[in-house]
Amino acid sequence: MAMTVEEIAAIEERHPQVFHRPAYKRFWPLLLIAGTVLYLAYALWFFSLPQVLRESHWERLPLFLSQWISYDLQPEFRLDQPQITPKYPRFSALGENPNPDWVVRNPDGTFTVRIDGDAKSVTFDKTRATIIANGVTVPISLTGGKPVVTGPVPDWVTVHDDEIVAKMGFVGEVRVTVDRVKVRKRFLGWANIVFDTRSPFFGKSAGEVISLIVSGPELQPGTSNLALAADNIWNNAQWQHGDVWTKLLQTIVMAFLGTLLGGIVAFPLAFFAARNITPSGLLSQVLKRFFDFMRSVDMLIWALFFTRAFGPGPLAGSAAIFFTEIGTLGKTYSEALENIDDKPREGVLSTGANGLLVQRYGVLPEVVPVFISQTLYQWESNTRGATIIGAVGAGGIGLKLWEAMRTNSNWANVFYMVLLTLAVVFVFDNISNFLRRRLSRTLHDYNRLQAAQG
Amino acid sequence: MTSATIHSEATRQQADAWRRQTALRRFYTALGVGLLLIAMCATMWFADEANAGHFFDRLPHILDFLSWLVPKDWSDVWRALFDIASPNDKGTQEFNFPLGRVYIWSGFYIPEYFELMLTTVNVALVSTFIGFVFAVPFSFIAARNLTPSPVLRLVVKRFMELLRAFPEIVIAGLFAAIVSIGPVAAIIAIGLHSIGALGKLFYEINENIDMRPEEGLRAVGANWFERVRFADLPQVLPNFMSYTLLRIEINVRISTIMGAVGGGGIGEELKLAISRGFGAKTLALVLLLFITIFLVDQFSAWLRRKLVGEQAFMMSA
Repeated sequence: MAMTVEEIAAIEERHPQVFHRPAYKRFWPLLLIAGTVLYLAYALWFFSLPQVLRESHWERLPLFLSQWISYDLQPEFRLDQPQITPKYPRFSALGENPNPDWVVRNPDGTFTVRIDGDAKSVTFDKTRATIIANGVTVPISLTGGKPVVTGPVPDWVTVHDDEIVAKMGFVGEVRVTVDRVKVRKRFLGWANIVFDTRSPFFGKSAGEVISLIVSGPELQPGTSNLALAADNIWNNAQWQHGDVWTKLLQTIVMAFLGTLLGGIVAFPLAFFAARNITPSGLLSQVLKRFFDFMRSVDMLIWALFFTRAFGPGPLAGSAAIFFTEIGTLGKTYSEALENIDDKPREGVLSTGANGLLVQRYGVLPEVVPVFISQTLYQWESNTRGATIIGAVGAGGIGLKLWEAMRTNSNWANVFYMVLLTLAVVFVFDNISNFLRRRLSRTLHDYNRLQAAQG
Repeated sequence: MTSATIHSEATRQQADAWRRQTALRRFYTALGVGLLLIAMCATMWFADEANAGHFFDRLPHILDFLSWLVPKDWSDVWRALFDIASPNDKGTQEFNFPLGRVYIWSGFYIPEYFELMLTTVNVALVSTFIGFVFAVPFSFIAARNLTPSPVLRLVVKRFMELLRAFPEIVIAGLFAAIVSIGPVAAIIAIGLHSIGALGKLFYEINENIDMRPEEGLRAVGANWFERVRFADLPQVLPNFMSYTLLRIEINVRISTIMGAVGGGGIGEELKLAISRGFGAKTLALVLLLFITIFLVDQFSAWLRRKLVGEQAFMMSA
């Protein structure tokens, strides 16, 4: 059912606004795309992106990500001493007297370290070492002054001048020299998340700990086992639960306090800033510029100023959010006020009520749900924002996160804090969403009633 | 019994019920406000306790702290802004610029602070672009009315939620260790966050479109891409643009903060100037930052008003 040429022409003639648009309207998408491409080329040059990408270390990414959810143990075996004994680094996750079952002293005097069961292991004494992985056995002779692989070298083994490195993927690696064997074995999970190695509860199963708490003898005379356990968890040296949770609470407090105080200050000011309510146009303009100013002086600037004024901590962060929120909430409140329906106001005015009463009964019922909703929205977004602000010294979890990353070694700790932050953001999002939905229902009912009454 | 007494009886009952309801409502409001006040006082106390310096101890010194802000020589502010050598220079960092001018044309140069500001703005623009490019396809997949598969929708929605909630500073820190500390790590961090933030707003717009054009295209046998391209996109593009502009405003602010924690740009310089008490430099930086953010906000507001009218400024209740 093809159209004839006349029909097409007729349609074109009927809808000139579709088929014969002015040139600028037809070409602006093209211009926009061309401009974007040009800008991206400029940005590529500006950030010297090719060079940055060439010099980046993407191979670190999987390593870092695996460190988020795992920990490793690195026993070292000295071969140049009379007796071969495993040595663990200080503060190893195994505590002071480690005797893991994956390090085996064989009857013939050799040692076997099982890195992944029997499939990936290393067996050695002072003269030779045997590495088994990926179904291949690699014998190494240690007698010639430097380690030598006797036989073919598989591609997962690297032979250096005085060291042989066998990489076994996620589970770990083995480094062999003539005078020592170094093993790194990686475990999935977080080590000592509940009790650290100094705690008397360390290394005990959940059942044992519970029975100790319920009915065991006092491990530390004078304190109940429950109090001791709680104290040990709270002061866990490796994970610093107490400090992390306190900092997290600080972040929450910063967002709450800053937003609430901002709302309290912005509330009366918004009435004087709203064009339809203010007693003077000049005052309205001045207040609006004031709100713009508070918003445009960035939260960062406020945070830095207050950190200098009050010292680092949540007080500085709250003050920074407070000052920014005066601007943001003042602006949104006054815009909400300018959008109200004037009829209820006129109604109250016609009864001869004074100015304050007019606002109370003619304006407030209409805007309060909107105000609360916007405040909740800001609260939600400030809970996220407070994390970043913290990193410049304004208190909260941000600084702790930043420090844990700066040292670059403790990604598991970083991930623990990230999970807690995510949980907090999630919970507060849901609280705020729930409250706003309730409010919007109220608003909806109100609007429907108004519509029904004309 | 006359009808008048029935009437008054009913009215009285109604008035009583109304009074009871109002009393209950007032009670709840008072309770809510009371709890809020208690929470406010408790959190104030907590924040004050946890802070390094306490509010009332520090309050009298607020003005001392402001006094270093006032430079001895006001023209130093302009000199700092335009990278002109100051006669007050004693060889310290206070009047010196490690980076210095960036010469473009023989005598024409960009002063250090403008270059840093440019970096910050570019970080914001590029990361918003990244956010936009990925958020658009994601939003079509996440919209209930456009994608029939609930599993796909859920996966994309959760993914965007994760991107949104993940602290930017951690992503920045992670990538700082991979692509070196600087603006590129900040771009990646803010870009990823923007994907999540824009994606959520975008799919909510998608779910509210008029489905008739879509049905029309479906009737003539258009596939998914054609339907999205010709039925959905023209309806939502102005709103998408409006939200993207809003995102640019937010991202300029975040990129400034990222700068202060090592993401390059003006944030770092500002942090240094404030922590070392360089009054003239601080004033120059604050002025520059203030004007930039103000201009970005005003420009974005103007463009949004042109794109979608007053609707751009109505927040959803």
